[in-house]
Amino acid sequence: MSTLSTAIAHRAKRAVPAAPKVRTEAGLPARAGVGLKPQHFRDVLEARPDIGFFEVHAENYMVDGGPLHHFLGLVREHYPLSLHGVGLSIGAEGSLDEAHLDRLDALIKRYQPVSFSEHLAWSSHGEVFLNDLLPLPYDQATLNRVCHHVDRVQERLQRRMLLENPSTYLEFEASTMDEAAFISEVIRRTGCGLLLDVNNVHVSCTNHSRDAVGYIGGLPLHAVGEIHLAGFATDHDAAGAPLLIDSHGAPVDEAVWGLYAAVLARTGATPTLLERDNDVPSLATLLAEAQRAEDLMCASSEPKRCGIYRGCS
Amino acid sequence: MLVTQASFAAALLAPDLPCPAGLRAWNGSDPGARLAVYRNNVVSSLIDAVADTFPVVQELVGEEFFRAMASLFVRQHPPRSRVLAHYGTEFADFVDGFAPARAVPYLADVARLERARVLAHHAADAGALTAGMLGEAMSSGEDLGALKLVCHPSTSVVVSAYAIVSLWAAHQGDGDLSAVDPTLPESALVVRAVLNVLVLRLPPGAARFVIALQVGAGLADAAALAAAETADFDLPNVLALLMSHGALTSVQISRSRSQ
Repeated sequence: MSTLSTAIAHRAKRAVPAAPKVRTEAGLPARAGVGLKPQHFRDVLEARPDIGFFEVHAENYMVDGGPLHHFLGLVREHYPLSLHGVGLSIGAEGSLDEAHLDRLDALIKRYQPVSFSEHLAWSSHGEVFLNDLLPLPYDQATLNRVCHHVDRVQERLQRRMLLENPSTYLEFEASTMDEAAFISEVIRRTGCGLLLDVNNVHVSCTNHSRDAVGYIGGLPLHAVGEIHLAGFATDHDAAGAPLLIDSHGAPVDEAVWGLYAAVLARTGATPTLLERDNDVPSLATLLAEAQRAEDLMCASSEPKRCGIYRGCS
Repeated sequence: MLVTQASFAAALLAPDLPCPAGLRAWNGSDPGARLAVYRNNVVSSLIDAVADTFPVVQELVGEEFFRAMASLFVRQHPPRSRVLAHYGTEFADFVDGFAPARAVPYLADVARLERARVLAHHAADAGALTAGMLGEAMSSGEDLGALKLVCHPSTSVVVSAYAIVSLWAAHQGDGDLSAVDPTLPESALVVRAVLNVLVLRLPPGAARFVIALQVGAGLADAAALAAAETADFDLPNVLALLMSHGALTSVQISRSRSQ
């Protein structure tokens, strides 16, 4: 196809109302999405921004009724939904909480999200919920346990899940493999997908003095079902080395945008979430960040692979 | 050296415990400084969750005092549920027993009111009983003693020896805080009307009436209990108040008066 005819074919697609799915399997559209925040419910429903999808934290919606369900139901009528768990504790030494899986199953049946994702981390010990994503040693015993838990999640929820790479601040003497190798093996054994959090890559690689590009190169990028972008805070360790903290409370850093562009060059346009959970700005500010992600997707993609028509020329 | 999650979790909640052995940093620096990031994430995020639920308690004692009090609370009572909307049930009792807060005697009851608001916010949805539906049931020829009123899932009552409704309202910009006499007893009705949680001052006897309904008393028995508490109990007025704010969902006919 000539450049001109490509451009014409491309422009003709602008009239298509819904963004087509680029990936053949059911998944999020290859566009940018933002986290759905209660303070933006009414803005979203009134303005109906042209955005690829919304993502919510599953645990926030594990309540009986009220405004959260009311508004999520309305938003879901107009947008694809990504359900992102923060409390399943897949890395826990103990067994998975079956009651929590039941609650996830009920949410999935109710809202039919196109994607479900969770973290390579633990957050509960015994009965106590610690409300943070805690680190794991990368050894054989942990690998076996995490694979067993991912298998159980996928069996119970009857769907493929995406597993997110973590931000970490410590390493374990017991680790026998690097994080990318560990994640690759979980994906190979369980068939789950990868939620590639590019901010977490930057944070962890800075914190542990690793090469971020090399880390990404060690991951099975064919399995990436979603990308996360977020901001971090900067601190220092006891030796004065930079210690980045995954805060979800700041705009995406330029270094992370650069890494994101490098990922897109490898993966093509990929569903990308702009995460902001603290100091949440206006919806317009989040949408502007989402637009930047879509611009990078367009720049990285062959037109036929690009799910975004706004701004592509 | 194997770091168990038990030892890691214990170290997160107890700032005096040493950093577990078996953790390391690439540059050989003290892993304790890095563990501090996790310690801070856990405790700060839980304090933030408590602060989100109890904003008026925080305003009453100031942010610094509140966060110090809440940091003790989260270490003594970490969440038992992965759903943070359920967190904070023990906070009012904790405040009650927290000696430095005794200068503000109504603080725990304001906490009970704020906790009730969060529960109402997330309670199950249900339709509202209308005056027409109630009138129909009352004129159906059934013994009035057999009628039972069902409260909306969001409905709750907070009884206090202090002016908790006026204090709470003044912190929403509704009324002058300096004009509130905190020693006047007030009872609050908390209910969600469709999407918005309301806090209403209950008239005499109404709290006793609603609490009796919630434990399964029939309409006549609940009214008798309220009337025994105060001669000022005004059943038609209280029923109108409850129905107009959606605090009742249905009326049932009970065949057994003892239930």
